[in-house]
Amino acid sequence: MATEAVVEQGERETYLNAVYGLKSWLLTTDHKRIALLYLISITFFFFIGGFFALLIRLELLTPGGDLVTADTYNKLFTMHGQIMVFFFLIPSIPAVLGNFLIPMMIGAKDLAFPRINLLSWYLYVAAGLLMMYTILAGGVDTGWTFYTPLSTEFLTTNVATSAISIFIAGFSSIFTGLNFIVTIHRMRAPGMTWNRLPLFVWAHYATSLIQILGTPVLAISLTLVALERLLHLGIFNPALGGDPLLFQHLFWFYSHPAVYIMILPGMGVVSEVVCCFSRKRIFGYKAMALALLGIAVVGFLVWAHHMFVAGISLYAALIFSLLSYFVAVPSAIKVFNWTATMYKGSIRYDTPMLYAFGFIGLFTIGGLTGLFLASLGIDVHVTDTYFVVAHFHYIMVGGMVMAYLGGMHFYWPKISGRMYPEAWGKLAALLVFVGFNLTFFPQFILGYMGMPRRYHAYPPEFQILNVLSTAGASILAIGYLLPMVYFLWSMRYGKPAPANPWGAAGLEWQTPSPPPTFNFDEQPVVTWDAYNYDEIPEPEEVPVAH
Amino acid sequence: MHTSPAVVVDEHAHDNPALLHHFSDERQQKNAASLGMWIFLATEVMFFGGMFCAYLVYRHWYFGDFSAASQTIAILPGAINTAILICSSLTVVLAVRAAQLNRRSQLVFWLLSTIVLGLVFLGIKGYEYHDKFVEHHVPGLNFSFVEALPGHVGAMANPHHAEIFFSLYFALTGMHALHMIIGVGLFSFLAFEAWRGRYTSNYYTPVENSGLYWHFVDIIWIYLFPLIYLIDRHK
Amino acid sequence: MANHATTQHPTEHISTVGSSVTIWLILLMCTGLTAWVAFIDLGPLNTVVALGIATFKATLVVLFFMHVKYTNEKLTPLVIVSALFFLGLLLSLSMADFATRLWH
Repeated sequence: MATEAVVEQGERETYLNAVYGLKSWLLTTDHKRIALLYLISITFFFFIGGFFALLIRLELLTPGGDLVTADTYNKLFTMHGQIMVFFFLIPSIPAVLGNFLIPMMIGAKDLAFPRINLLSWYLYVAAGLLMMYTILAGGVDTGWTFYTPLSTEFLTTNVATSAISIFIAGFSSIFTGLNFIVTIHRMRAPGMTWNRLPLFVWAHYATSLIQILGTPVLAISLTLVALERLLHLGIFNPALGGDPLLFQHLFWFYSHPAVYIMILPGMGVVSEVVCCFSRKRIFGYKAMALALLGIAVVGFLVWAHHMFVAGISLYAALIFSLLSYFVAVPSAIKVFNWTATMYKGSIRYDTPMLYAFGFIGLFTIGGLTGLFLASLGIDVHVTDTYFVVAHFHYIMVGGMVMAYLGGMHFYWPKISGRMYPEAWGKLAALLVFVGFNLTFFPQFILGYMGMPRRYHAYPPEFQILNVLSTAGASILAIGYLLPMVYFLWSMRYGKPAPANPWGAAGLEWQTPSPPPTFNFDEQPVVTWDAYNYDEIPEPEEVPVAH
Repeated sequence: MHTSPAVVVDEHAHDNPALLHHFSDERQQKNAASLGMWIFLATEVMFFGGMFCAYLVYRHWYFGDFSAASQTIAILPGAINTAILICSSLTVVLAVRAAQLNRRSQLVFWLLSTIVLGLVFLGIKGYEYHDKFVEHHVPGLNFSFVEALPGHVGAMANPHHAEIFFSLYFALTGMHALHMIIGVGLFSFLAFEAWRGRYTSNYYTPVENSGLYWHFVDIIWIYLFPLIYLIDRHK
Repeated sequence: MANHATTQHPTEHISTVGSSVTIWLILLMCTGLTAWVAFIDLGPLNTVVALGIATFKATLVVLFFMHVKYTNEKLTPLVIVSALFFLGLLLSLSMADFATRLWH
């Protein structure tokens, strides 16, 4: 039952206390509240996906397949992948930070379509419930990639329900992307020109382009798999002359650009953080914006590099290999420009900046190993080994998750109105960095030495590296748990945050912390460029929680 | 790059009850809704596009068998259906025009006409599906295909490849029919609201945007007609 | 019927009945043409002609029925072209594999 807040004398009305009651949250159209709804749900799924990772790493402590059977192991890595990709990483920064900040960053009261925003969350929840049902009903073991004919013909597990679940989650993603694009085009405040937009907004614009153009192809791929399974259509059936590779083409047409959905928002966060904690404007603003768009567009040209050994023609393999080299160029430009931004900057080592440092280094390693994989000769040797597993975890976890944590720390004062404890923040960042590298660097070596992925048993000579990897995972887990604990702690005991604790540039920092429901009392008129750090004084003292 | 502020504040804008609070004026709201619908149609292009890709691949590989399969589908219902959809696009255009000119009864009439045409389309489609069922051309359901290969004396078409054609046939036309059903539902809602006087020359955005959706579904069929019904008919 | 502006949207185009019916007739004629040409042997050109007429029809619907010809909004054609471009990528790069499998 929604009740109007009794605002005590002197207590300012914010989006958190404007209305109370469960209904006011579940039927909200305030982008900030929807962002928090997403925060809770994706954190829940992070735990579930992490739980499956834990079981995987426990099994891999010993060479024999002794903890679980091979079939169960197949389910573990499938569910880990599906949940982490579709229910954690793809929504993460856009649905939480993007939803919360984009209207504020452009000087708007809300997104263009607040009700569709709420619908996106409900679609996500519906998809999540169906996925939980799938897990409880015995799981899926196709691999997150759903390859045919295994997924259409041979399995008796819950392929259809997980496909439908991801289909629905895909529409949640499409509607978020649609909302962002229309918002950024139509809702900017006077004076907020394209050239003055924060790179965080540009990054989400590029991400939204991918969500709009790529996700529907995933939707049709899953639909065709479900139809083939349920109605026995024969589109991918080799017995009829169908081609399983057709499914792979359709699937990877989305799923490769999807990995850029899972990095571009992180790059947006890193740009904001690096500029703030170097107290400098970004080096090469236009190049950075164009690089974001470049990654989004070129990312659509490279998908068959996931199929080099699947049976595509050599001619196609050569084309896709060449195109895959091109996509590294805009990413490299970004890494150079962040570095150049920091050069001769006034660096502060607050927690968000530590995560940004981690992102830049680990993303570079992940990206460079991607180039190894783009090379046909090397790929034949390391495909389907742990080398690939290490490569994509370096980018998705070492990159995106660290950017997500950095962004959560950077924007926590704005979201909650409280400061988190900085010493604990630094400790958690250190544990995440150490734990991450200990988990995944040995996997590069394992893959190069030949250990296949998706196997629950392996030759004994690989054990020591696997043990190191599992040890790293334990440290990483603690690093992830700490912020959850101290963020919750800070909501009651953290020092109240001023409007702009970091002295950061951007319209979002000119609202109180937490902001009022409609963000701005008067619509701002923008007359300055982004990252105008030469005009913004350093914060006198960054408040530290006691 | 263009530098253009997004908003002009209109003091009288809040007189219009259709204006939502987070927009500065009606123009911004209308432009946002319009852009939103066009982007949604872009997603639909990619959605159907995946199936067109599958069709393209197999037509390239199995042209003869596709041709044999296509020629078992009667042209006349398909051609009539194409004409019906074109007529329905006209009724949609006239409905939008009626809304723009504030003519409520005309608007309702053209919306209802669109619905009727849509239902006739679906009816004919059902009749075509029934034909396919009777001929055992439904994949997975006692599928059997014994036809000559067009243009090759004495050769028979490959029934497996024909089954792939029919899988695509049902997937493509079925998905299209689903979109038609959604369109009919949408227009039914519009007709009811129009009858209640909700749409005037001041506010007819839902009519216009639903019209865009309907035209898009028509365009999909414009491509499906030759691709499904008219493969190598001269043989 | 004059193309007078609506009260609230001075730049909004209103289709005339005449132009709408004209387009409608052209679309119907093209449909008939497509069916008729299908029975004439043009070799590989049959497909080209059929898809060409379909594209012409689709263009008429987009420009006139969907009012793209009359809108001031530059973003609308950009959205359409982008969607078609990326669809083209899907089709062409897939065919780069499927059309070059020499062993098939």
